[in-house]
Amino acid sequence: MPKPIIEVENLTKKFGPFTAVNGISFSVEKGRIFGFLGPNGAGKTTSIKMLTTLLKPTSGRVLLDGHDPAADQAGVRRTFGIVFQDPSLDDELTAWENMEFHGVLYKVPPGLRKKRVEELLKVVELWDRRGDLVKQFSGGMKRRLEIARGLLHHPLILFLDEPTVGLDPQTRNHIWSYIKNLNRREGITVFFTTHYMEEAERVADQVTIIDHGRILARGTPAALKKKARAKSLEQAFIRLTGHSLRDEEASDIEHLRMARKMWRR
Amino acid sequence: MSTIYIMWLRQLKRYFRSKPRMIGSLGQPLIFLLAFGFGFGKIYSQAGRGDYLQFLAPGVISMAILFTSVFAGIEIIWDRQFGFLKETLVAPVPRLHIMIGRTLGGATVALFQGVIVFGLACLFGFRPELKALPLTLVFMFLIAVLFTAFGTALASQLNDMQSFPLIMNFLVMPLFFLSGAMFPLEGLPRGMALVTALNPLSYGVDGLRMSLGLASFYGWGLDLAVLSLSSAFLLVVGGYLFSKIQI
Repeated sequence: MPKPIIEVENLTKKFGPFTAVNGISFSVEKGRIFGFLGPNGAGKTTSIKMLTTLLKPTSGRVLLDGHDPAADQAGVRRTFGIVFQDPSLDDELTAWENMEFHGVLYKVPPGLRKKRVEELLKVVELWDRRGDLVKQFSGGMKRRLEIARGLLHHPLILFLDEPTVGLDPQTRNHIWSYIKNLNRREGITVFFTTHYMEEAERVADQVTIIDHGRILARGTPAALKKKARAKSLEQAFIRLTGHSLRDEEASDIEHLRMARKMWRR
Repeated sequence: MSTIYIMWLRQLKRYFRSKPRMIGSLGQPLIFLLAFGFGFGKIYSQAGRGDYLQFLAPGVISMAILFTSVFAGIEIIWDRQFGFLKETLVAPVPRLHIMIGRTLGGATVALFQGVIVFGLACLFGFRPELKALPLTLVFMFLIAVLFTAFGTALASQLNDMQSFPLIMNFLVMPLFFLSGAMFPLEGLPRGMALVTALNPLSYGVDGLRMSLGLASFYGWGLDLAVLSLSSAFLLVVGGYLFSKIQI
């Protein structure tokens, strides 16, 4: 069995009295497409933030390609590219400048940088718009640009936090075919979250379902369907996580505010 | 180095691309220069102190730098809100370099803004001695670095724009008004003298005046020392706070 590229052990994050992620453990093998699924507020984004050094875990351990963020932050940061749930581009810069900026930050040598930026912008079909300011782009174009940017420095792992939310089916299909292609061509490991179960069923090699900060189930989409005796992954998901409606996913800051309010009472 | 450079370049590009902001931020210094310069000019010269505009202009230049640089530092809150901050926070480079690049970028922008106000003041009758112009620029740049670092340190502790009016009214405005930018520091009541002496901007304004051929209150050695030390201090504090940001 190949050595896992992502290893997570007993990862926990508390915001005051609120436990967002509660002792989760899992591992992802190199070259896999790994779906991390869960309802709103299940702890997906908090987990990604801990995996990508944006948030310090309350306890537990993360290893990305053998690097521990607690000991070697820069080492961890070099291993991955990330597309965040919300846009993280500089609107006042052009598409090309955003790519260039990223390339310099990640120390991609100038010659290679130029080649790679051109190649990636062509892949996401933004090469003709490279000189336009990002604020003139549509949501789908921004997403595509972010994916291209996340791949610029040849990461081993690509994190995608709801990469297709708010996009039309055409764009969604397009984006997934890029990602699958990349996974096949460059052997890049993909870690993604999504709400669209049919999407997860179609692209993921492995899925893990999380709710209330705990892992409920894991396995291939087919195995999960079998286990829940469901026809589709969506049905399996609902059987596992229940029918109750969820509040919109709150940011960590909101968790803190919530915690403060509770404290005051 | 490349990190510092690219962060610096980004600040400059953003500045030169937003012409309305550039022009808009000239409004306030202009009003101060004209309304106070000409409004109080008569009283000031009747008190036997000479031409008020000559005295006020370095203060207004400092003001333009102060406001632009605090804004430039606080821009981090915008970056946080529009998401770009995350891109820089996950990059495999020391956050101190990011913070330094940003601060130098913001300071360069503020220096530009100061130079423009300088030019405008000359247009309205400001006639300084330009023998020590390099020293003038050094003082302007130090004020800019000091307050960009100050803005950065503040912004790294804030999550949204709600506290922004608070900062403007309770920090930036007092910093400006209690700096001797508008009035001479000689013969102030004791409390006021103490407050102005504790305000690093006082030394910036004083040094700027001295370099432009006007009388200095603290002496340029002290001015330079206070400005450089407090800039260095705030850069370190800002760098530390910035490195601790979690999202």
